[in-house]
Amino acid sequence: MSMNKAQLVTWLGKLNDVYAEKKEYLTELDAAIGDADHGINMNRGFGKVMEKLPTVEDKDIGTILKTVGMTLMSSVGGASGPLYGTFWMKGGMLLGGKEELTPDDFVKFIEAGVGGILQRGRPELGDKTMYDLWAPALEAMKDEAGNATEVIAVVEAALPVAEKALADTIPLQARKGRASYLGERSIGHQDPGATSSYYMIETLRDVLAG
Amino acid sequence: MKKLINEVENVVKEQLEGMALAHPELTVKIDPHYITRSDSPVKGKVAIVSGGGSGHEPMHGGFVGKGMLDGACPGEVFTSPTPDQMYECAKAVDSGAGVLFIVKNYTGDVMNFEAAAELAASEGIKVQNILIDDDVAVKDSLYTAGRRGVGTTVLAEKIVGAAAEAGYSLEQCSDLCRKVNQYGRSFGVALTSCTVPAAGKPTFELGEGEVEMGIGIHGEPGTHRMPIKSADEMTQYAAEQIIDDPAYTRTVREWDGEQWADKQLTDEPFKSGDKVIAFVNSMGGTPVSELYAVYRKLDEVCKAKGLTIVRNLVGPYITSLEMQGFSITLLKVDDEMLKFWDAPASTPGFVR
Repeated sequence: MSMNKAQLVTWLGKLNDVYAEKKEYLTELDAAIGDADHGINMNRGFGKVMEKLPTVEDKDIGTILKTVGMTLMSSVGGASGPLYGTFWMKGGMLLGGKEELTPDDFVKFIEAGVGGILQRGRPELGDKTMYDLWAPALEAMKDEAGNATEVIAVVEAALPVAEKALADTIPLQARKGRASYLGERSIGHQDPGATSSYYMIETLRDVLAG
Repeated sequence: MKKLINEVENVVKEQLEGMALAHPELTVKIDPHYITRSDSPVKGKVAIVSGGGSGHEPMHGGFVGKGMLDGACPGEVFTSPTPDQMYECAKAVDSGAGVLFIVKNYTGDVMNFEAAAELAASEGIKVQNILIDDDVAVKDSLYTAGRRGVGTTVLAEKIVGAAAEAGYSLEQCSDLCRKVNQYGRSFGVALTSCTVPAAGKPTFELGEGEVEMGIGIHGEPGTHRMPIKSADEMTQYAAEQIIDDPAYTRTVREWDGEQWADKQLTDEPFKSGDKVIAFVNSMGGTPVSELYAVYRKLDEVCKAKGLTIVRNLVGPYITSLEMQGFSITLLKVDDEMLKFWDAPASTPGFVR
């Protein structure tokens, strides 16, 4: 089963709820190794997405994704703004004219998005960033896409991988972003960017499961 | 948390509105946030634009004016501004001679300014991004996002701003800014944490008898914590971190007119006989009188190391909200830099 536009819009709305609910938690994670604004910034960004969404929700999926990307880019700030902004925008550029996404389309969206994160932030595996979550999650999605007939199967294949990847950020020493300035003191803390990325995958699973 | 705020989400907007009323010589735009000289664009002049999170006042908005910045882009508190702000600001100040973005090396600032430079370049605006990365507390460039950009930013904005005012081209301004960065080094110490308004509680807890050494400017913890010592001992420690730091090589990305190109830069360690500008900065909560106590010891350490302080700057110029603490910046100067340091400037936060 393909993922339709209504499910995409529901996903964005639910993500907004999740970032509102997790605002303080994400900010606490960030206070430990950064500057205590990640939850605040994500909440502000998706709030703006909700304001913009009614103007594009009847357009094609590519347009919706690009609008999400532009909105995050111009409202989140910090490192997350350009990274998430590029993630959604790059996905949108591939999916112009689409009204629904097959498992293949969906994986292409994530692949392009993760490519955008790589291009903008130049992370490497083990740097303790959101890329440490997306790289294995994308691999799991690709592996599943070949035989999946439903998008939810792709997302469900990635979820446990993402969950493990998120926990795996805890012992890492940060080499990118503000946390990198703490050196060894960054060890023992879960990466806030990887956490906000995990919510994207988890929330989509919940939406697709109905 | 005790702060003079109304609604947490309107903090930056209301501060900018007040700044506009207090300074009619500046143009303050609210949507998106940016500040320019009211006489922008100045015909034939390269425009110098900087920006970063709010909470570091008077940097950067307070340095907009004749002889320093043409424009500044304030982000949310401690959060990088966004590319649309920088792009709109660049369009407003570009006279055709080009725009130099002075960017502090923090991941968010770097990425947002890169996106902005791409947008501006696609509109035919000549742009360059020069990175300031002067914080010696962050030593291992292989395992961090490189050195942070801190106090040298203030000195770069003064010196390069004056050069632009004197008619330097975009390339000449970029070369000078790169040189200031390679010659400037900083180190910061926190005595207390600060409280980001939206978070509502101190970013870190510091015991009565403890200090954080090697901090940046965002209330993030430093490289290590230690028991508080006398002003002399802390000053000596900070100054020696700066003066004894070996040469530092890093790769920076600069715009080559069409794309990003990696460029390798190495700074020079200080050596006996160097002339320096000494900058003692308050993180916001430390009174200027205490900074003079720091300056007193700094002068002694510099003399012992053979450095001659030829100019100084003492006061709160790159702050971290209400944090108590200080940072020291030393900048080796040559005649060109000194001439532009001494040139007139007229801004809310720096007047000469």
